[in-house]
Amino acid sequence: MNGNDDGFYYLRGIPVPETPLPDQNPQPWQKTEVVGRPLPRVDAYERVSGNAIYPSDIVLPNMLYAAVLRCPHPHAIVGKIDTSAAERMPGVRAVITGSSPEADFSWPYSPEMKTKLFNPHCRFEGEEVAAVAADTIYQAWDAVRAVSVNYNILAFVSDEAKALATDAPSVHAGGNKLKIDRYSRGDVEQGFADADVVLEETYRSECELHTPTESHGCVARWDGDHLSIWQSTQGVYSIQATVAKIMDLPLSKVRVIGHYMGGGFGSKLGADKFTIIAAVLAKITARPVKLFMTREETLIAAGNRPPVSMRLKAGVKRDGTLTTLDFSAVGTGGAYPAGGTSLVDWLIRDLYLCPNVRTETTDVYVNAGPARAFRAPGHPQCSWALEQMLDALAERIGMDPLDLRLKNIPSYSQARPGNPPYVSTGLRECISEGAKVFGWYEARKKTAEPTAGSHIRRGVGMASALWIGGGGGPPSTIVVKLFSDGSVSLNMGASDIGTGTKTVMAMVVSEELGVKPDVIQIENADTGTTQYATPSGGSKTVPTESPAVRAAAIHVKQQLLALAAVDLKTDESSLTLIGDAVVSQADPERQIRIRDISGLKKRGLIIGVGYRGPNPEGKVINPFAAQFCEVEVNTLTGEVKVIRFLGAHDSGRVMDRLTFDNQVFGGITMGIGLGLTEARILDRNQTGKMVNRNWHDYKIPTAMDVPANIISLPIETDNREANTTGTKGLGEPVTIPTAGAIANAVYNAVGVRITGTPINPLQLCSALALLRKEE
Amino acid sequence: MSEDRDEKGCGGRGEECGRGMTRRNFLASLGVGAIAIAASGNPAAEKEASAAVIKSGEALEINLQINGHAHRLLVEPRWSLLHVLREELGFTGTKEGCERGECGACTVLIDNIPRYACMTLAVEAEGKEITTLEGLMHGEKLGAVQQAFVEHDALQCGYCTPGQIMAVEGLLRKKPDPSLDEIRTGVSGNLCRCGAYVNIFKAAKKAGQLKRGGVL
Repeated sequence: MNGNDDGFYYLRGIPVPETPLPDQNPQPWQKTEVVGRPLPRVDAYERVSGNAIYPSDIVLPNMLYAAVLRCPHPHAIVGKIDTSAAERMPGVRAVITGSSPEADFSWPYSPEMKTKLFNPHCRFEGEEVAAVAADTIYQAWDAVRAVSVNYNILAFVSDEAKALATDAPSVHAGGNKLKIDRYSRGDVEQGFADADVVLEETYRSECELHTPTESHGCVARWDGDHLSIWQSTQGVYSIQATVAKIMDLPLSKVRVIGHYMGGGFGSKLGADKFTIIAAVLAKITARPVKLFMTREETLIAAGNRPPVSMRLKAGVKRDGTLTTLDFSAVGTGGAYPAGGTSLVDWLIRDLYLCPNVRTETTDVYVNAGPARAFRAPGHPQCSWALEQMLDALAERIGMDPLDLRLKNIPSYSQARPGNPPYVSTGLRECISEGAKVFGWYEARKKTAEPTAGSHIRRGVGMASALWIGGGGGPPSTIVVKLFSDGSVSLNMGASDIGTGTKTVMAMVVSEELGVKPDVIQIENADTGTTQYATPSGGSKTVPTESPAVRAAAIHVKQQLLALAAVDLKTDESSLTLIGDAVVSQADPERQIRIRDISGLKKRGLIIGVGYRGPNPEGKVINPFAAQFCEVEVNTLTGEVKVIRFLGAHDSGRVMDRLTFDNQVFGGITMGIGLGLTEARILDRNQTGKMVNRNWHDYKIPTAMDVPANIISLPIETDNREANTTGTKGLGEPVTIPTAGAIANAVYNAVGVRITGTPINPLQLCSALALLRKEE
Repeated sequence: MSEDRDEKGCGGRGEECGRGMTRRNFLASLGVGAIAIAASGNPAAEKEASAAVIKSGEALEINLQINGHAHRLLVEPRWSLLHVLREELGFTGTKEGCERGECGACTVLIDNIPRYACMTLAVEAEGKEITTLEGLMHGEKLGAVQQAFVEHDALQCGYCTPGQIMAVEGLLRKKPDPSLDEIRTGVSGNLCRCGAYVNIFKAAKKAGQLKRGGVL
């Protein structure tokens, strides 16, 4: 595994075209004029005015609305389907099922495992059985409810531990064990022998759901044999590739557009079954079809962060040297191969210096909705276990938990073959600078003071992290156009998923060409009109795209200077671009305004093309982080209130301080959800159905649950070796250590360790009652 | 939930499969106007209201007052205000997040009070002053709350943002200088999965200042 994200299971199988290597990399920026400033988003106006048209906003002339009938059972064989009543209902234009010839497509859950689009063997509650297109969405749902289906209900299993029992119902022929991954280095037994303290604990991270505010869906329209799809997505090109392959169409006949999208967090990286269903319904009816999932459907059938049970045994010397980490985990990606334990041991392998490590992860099938990549796959789960263990070890050897971490900081990647060095690691600075700004030692002293009489206890905790990806890499192609008046257009394939991609890229153009970011017109996320890009995921968009944007802008500048040199009758190497004029460095009197350059006037515009070059050989590019928090625990009600948070993040150069800080706030907010409120609940004993399939019962953090006091502390390391903008990813590391830091703070406050997410009043009250009994 | 209903598939729109507050008991609990009750098919309420039974497929003519303009249109009695705004009238500043009164993406002002358009029937909204995100604009110029959201980057993906802005607008119309706690409460019915709450708090504070300074 190298620093690129290409090895990730969710990017596998996406065709990647060859791109030329850059001729020559530009020198790193020294002092920047625009990059690094807190700049409001270039598309903020559109987003706050309602002008931004999200895919779910689209209403096309003559458009139909579609709804999907989903299997209500966790495990069933679809028998006879009677659609006759539905077909006769007012407004209904098409009903399709598994026996409709037009819908006879296969769906690849993985390269090895394909099912039918409407799979007669439904392995999870929510698997697609039939679909309807009607004049209104109300009529479509009326018709869905009128379809009658005979299900042969099969025994199910929803608990991954029970799935491995010999008498467990089989999700797939061949048993429920999907795969076991093993890793080891050094000698774990020797590590335990060398340790002064050995601790063992089991942990559990519950299934978390993405729940982006815009649901998953698309609008599909055929113009003859050309298919256009407007989809809420993180990657238009990945959808294009999948749809073209499944429907056997040339790529040029599948246009996917996703200018805006309302959140994804990994659940919108690719095509969905609904994409094909909408296309089929649109084909049959010869009308555009809009198909968006209801909130309930997204909760059961649009992915999740896999639940995992973990065991960790660790050894440490009295001086804080970690001697050994022995980890095993059983997790599930649901009913189909979906990376149930993907990367769930990575932090054990790579975060802290440790010579002896052994991990074993077992991915099993259960009858539940398939997982999807969810913001830093595997990492928050692993962090939940590892960071609590570090805390416990520190306490046992009488060391501050922060000092224990500082004692074990690696400068190279231990888990990758050959131990390649990191281009930069700000882990030490994240921890020490973060502690300083947070006031860690003072706060720890304060929480150690006795609080007799009060039922409110305060605690502080911290956790650190790295993210396996975040270096970005090829391919990416960018086009920058300079108009004859000096204004600029930027053309890129990448989606802006709310992270501020468009704004950051406009700042890069502005830095190189001197135009103001708000006069740059941006065209993005459209396979018909913009350049190739991989999906915005893996915290790689800024390090992937920004060097290519810079290259394209420089390409424009070179051509501009060459044209100006003709008018100025001088050598172009002596020219420089200052504001709206090209000026001779030798003789500043000799200059010409961009709009006056005769060659540009004749041509009308200059086109610059930028490609993303390769990452440095033999080096690893990872972002690092440390987060600190203070909580207040009500020992009577078991409620945890997060008082304040600090996120210290090394993601290389800060491009836009506003969007950088916003990512930090958002990642922490999502981590508060994992730590305190969120868990998918399946009725595992009786029906196998999900019981909290709505936002009332599946609780994501609200404005009442987050502290107003969150500090973002960027740790800017030198990453000029990584790429020409010196950037690393940010979107995922910001949510990795949060839940673990909260658990440690809760322990610091009340002395009980909650090893299973979420730390809700139910769990905490029971644990506190137990503690009181013991006392 | 009956087995029969189960067999017809879940994932429906609240009324059939939803738990908690369904449209049916939402209506019953509020005891709204005669037409809406008739449409809900509650015989007791029907009798009480002595209105004609109108079936779901039949259209009613209503007048909606949206952003100061009158809209005369035909609606089915079961249509939500959200559906009418988005799919019938093309107001893209009112978003659909859950359609069951949980997320607030569809928040509009009805007589200056923030309300979920998904939990409001279009027929219910007749005769009231409806304000959507578009109604806060002054031509193509942003309103005070919108400006403050831009300045404080109080958004990420931007999909919950219209609802957040309407919630803050409603709060400020009632309480021009809200405390942090009042701001929290004011937007507590609006979920932001990207987690921009901290900036939303700052933007709400700033919007209050702008408005008190005369910016509308």
